[in-house]
Amino acid sequence: MARAVGRNVRRKDGDAKVTGAAKYIDDLTFPGMMYGATIRSTIPRGTIAARHVALTDDFVIADHRDIPGPNYVALIDPDQPCLAVDHIRHFAEPILLVAHADKHALIDVHQRVTIETRALTPNYDPETSEACFKRISIDKGQIDFGFQISDFVIDGEYRTGHQEQLYIETNGVIAVPGDGAMTVYGSLQCPYYVHKALVVLLKLPPEKVRVVQTETGGGFGGKEEYPSMLACHAAILARKAKRPVKMIYDRVEDLLATTKRHPSIVRHRTGLKRDGRITAMDVDVIMDGGAYATLSAVVLSRGVIHATGPYRCDHVRIRGRAMMTHTPPNGAFRGFGAPQTQFAIEAHIDRISDRLGIDPVTLREINALRPGDTTATGQKLGKDASALPVLRDAVKRSRFTQKRKKLKGTNRGIGLSLFFHGSGFTGGGEVKLASKASLELTATGAKILVASTEIGQGTRTMHAQIVADALGVPFDAIDVHEADTAFVPDSGPTVASRTCMIVGKLLERCARDMRKRLGKLTPAQYYKKHGSFTVTSQYEPPPGLQWSDDTYAGDAYGSYAWGCNVVELEVDPVTFEVTPINVTAVAEIGQAIHPMMAIGQIEGGTAQGIGYALTEEVVMKDGRMANAQLTNYIIPTPLDAAPMDIGVMARPYQHGPFGAKGVGEMPIDGPAPAVINALRHCGFDVRSIPATPERLMSAFARENSAGRRRRTP
Amino acid sequence: MPANPTSLSLERPASLKAALSMLAADPALTPIAGCTDVYVGLQFGTLTERRFIDLWDLKELRGISVDRDVLRIGALTTYTAIIQSTIVQKRLPMLVAASREVGGAQIQNRGTLGGNVANASPAGDTLPVLAAANARIVLRNHKGTRTVAFDSFYTGYRKSVRQPDELIVAIEMPRIDGQQWWRKVGTRRAQAISKIMMAAVRGRDLRIAFGSVAPTVVLAAKAAAVLRGGGSIADAQAALETEIAPIDDVRSTGEYRMKVAANLLAQFWNETR
Repeated sequence: MARAVGRNVRRKDGDAKVTGAAKYIDDLTFPGMMYGATIRSTIPRGTIAARHVALTDDFVIADHRDIPGPNYVALIDPDQPCLAVDHIRHFAEPILLVAHADKHALIDVHQRVTIETRALTPNYDPETSEACFKRISIDKGQIDFGFQISDFVIDGEYRTGHQEQLYIETNGVIAVPGDGAMTVYGSLQCPYYVHKALVVLLKLPPEKVRVVQTETGGGFGGKEEYPSMLACHAAILARKAKRPVKMIYDRVEDLLATTKRHPSIVRHRTGLKRDGRITAMDVDVIMDGGAYATLSAVVLSRGVIHATGPYRCDHVRIRGRAMMTHTPPNGAFRGFGAPQTQFAIEAHIDRISDRLGIDPVTLREINALRPGDTTATGQKLGKDASALPVLRDAVKRSRFTQKRKKLKGTNRGIGLSLFFHGSGFTGGGEVKLASKASLELTATGAKILVASTEIGQGTRTMHAQIVADALGVPFDAIDVHEADTAFVPDSGPTVASRTCMIVGKLLERCARDMRKRLGKLTPAQYYKKHGSFTVTSQYEPPPGLQWSDDTYAGDAYGSYAWGCNVVELEVDPVTFEVTPINVTAVAEIGQAIHPMMAIGQIEGGTAQGIGYALTEEVVMKDGRMANAQLTNYIIPTPLDAAPMDIGVMARPYQHGPFGAKGVGEMPIDGPAPAVINALRHCGFDVRSIPATPERLMSAFARENSAGRRRRTP
Repeated sequence: MPANPTSLSLERPASLKAALSMLAADPALTPIAGCTDVYVGLQFGTLTERRFIDLWDLKELRGISVDRDVLRIGALTTYTAIIQSTIVQKRLPMLVAASREVGGAQIQNRGTLGGNVANASPAGDTLPVLAAANARIVLRNHKGTRTVAFDSFYTGYRKSVRQPDELIVAIEMPRIDGQQWWRKVGTRRAQAISKIMMAAVRGRDLRIAFGSVAPTVVLAAKAAAVLRGGGSIADAQAALETEIAPIDDVRSTGEYRMKVAANLLAQFWNETR
């Protein structure tokens, strides 16, 4: 039988999506359904003095007093109210909810509700903020000694801005009330996160709350935690109205109110030997969390763990803090803190390269982590540590060294970045999650029961491939149940590049257990003889995996994927516009279960990373996103994303399904520093992103006024 | 906040004559055609108008022709029609280039040249081209027709000499004697609103126009005069700085626009002869 793993089998969700048969949340209606809207704060910080509502009886109105349980969105810290009571901590904070049977009746509802507020002075600077969500320290060796033995110390400061996930389908849910029960359908990544938030907020027993993921048009982390807030809102209205309530954000509301990538300030101080060896790395990481904690603690955690990049160093000190500011809360976004800190280290490495006169490839070769080396947290790397192989492959494919020489002094530049990305939850996270996956025998094969969601990345297909091969049946014999908490076990959230490596592995184990029980029978034969049965497996850490939350030391991740990007670009001397000419992306991901989808992840993440580097700027004015429209928040079109050469390398991870590691997030870690390093190669000293033409022009003016040798436009 | 659709009204005249009578009787009606900006304005709640007159079906306002060496483009001619017109390709390639960069194919199929002029946005993609091409705007009301030079058409930000009872019926352009040059600097390579645009003609005529650098499209007459008189690029750039007044907005900065306008002027002068 043809193996499914490693082949480009037909997507499970493909036909329905291509033909338009797939139902997204806004395609669904329920009898008696109403539509909900949110009244939000119009100031960034203040107190609420009074609410004036001039609406007729046909409107259902709800505020914090309509919440039966505690008024917070349950996630990590119970700090974020579902509906504001007295205090406003950010623009667009939800205060009141309104529902009506006619959706047009809601259009001008904002004009008939007045929230009287008293403004307080907001703070938008994470460095001066007095409120800290989380501090993390990582120490390895003796930092002072590391600097003592160095010949040079090079420091630098690097900054990244907000980034919007910009899934195609905006956030939306429908809440359907029952008798002491609530069902929520929605566009979301993590059904059990939403489930937990509803159980707490509605004060209902877990079995009385059901969450069903509908076909979801993209997430990128933007539907990790935010849908819990929206689901709570719809449920509050539905409970009060005793009717189903649909809430769908339009693009403007989605951009104004929902989470973005954390802006960061990262400072490096690095000790080096004359020959290029790094002796000390001192890193300070500041993340701007926005107004509430959401996932800032864990974003910071992944950020600091990746802050030294894929480099060996015996003496490391990392200090990280996630700070509160008066902007809408920042949250999960593909990469989850690692794109910010790896931007900093990779831009820093090229500045070191310039200062030491060691070319960027050699400098990285000298310092790259190898099998047997330890990371900043002291994790000893296995044989699959692939920093050098991906670097060498990318350099060769892109003809980096030749082009670096040839392009010098022209409008074209070429730059590279080397990076890694831990798969799965950080530290002891997977143990705490204790995820489960189940497999049910059917008349024709087996059905997958997991809470992992298909959000366009190929979950259903990839899981079915793993199960098909482990069970020894054709790919088409595997069905996938929709992610519905009434039927599927809690497999954890669909985040952190864990859906393949962690949940896929659980399914592989289920399939092997099922195979054993079937003996020599096919699933059909067994089913006919004995009927159905279900196999469940639960996460167990690979033997020897150690982690301490107290010292932040140990095995931060089960495994890492490795990547190297090379970007060749051109700067227009008239307009300072940057055109990427070619992008080479080499990724070592253990094993590509579905090569075409894996390459799709790499291409998509790379394009998103180019947007992060060059054009995607959230313009904040008085705590409010001033460019909350697709016209003015500039993601790349196909014309803006360069032709890509993608290389997929496989160094199997022994505890991943068929050797697979995570692939979803890593591709967005590398493009921004590769772009900035290419810009440095053509004479632009840029240390913050996005590197818009306006910023490049300023950098150019700075360089010129400093009297350094630069080309003139 | 989006406009409530139940608050909107629409008149749909069957002919130009009927449309002009409706406007004469009720000048508060807002003419619409492709609606590519109207829908955006309604969705974002930035459009205050609620009563509209739909010109889309008025065939009299479509078509491209040349009469006694004057190129006449009907107000309702779409960007797609302009892009496909061999006449425009030959006589006014910079208008074709500008039309190609308006939105995507769907917008090019709906958006019209007259609409771009009437909408009066300083970032209107075709407006610098019309200024550089020395266009004239043909206006008509129920009593008759008048023609206005394009460089005196606008009186301020989103304001023009068009009277409420008048419709733009056509845009006319004399034969262009010289090399045409056009460039749009957008926020990305497609589907972008311009940060700055320049259109110019160099030959017996020298006309240089900029978009997105002032409340209206700007004909840079002083910069052109310097160049025509044999002055240096630097002097022309200095003159240009006195003619434009770019501002900061969510798309760019005044400083960038000022600098790039000067750079574009130099690029144009280097690339043409």
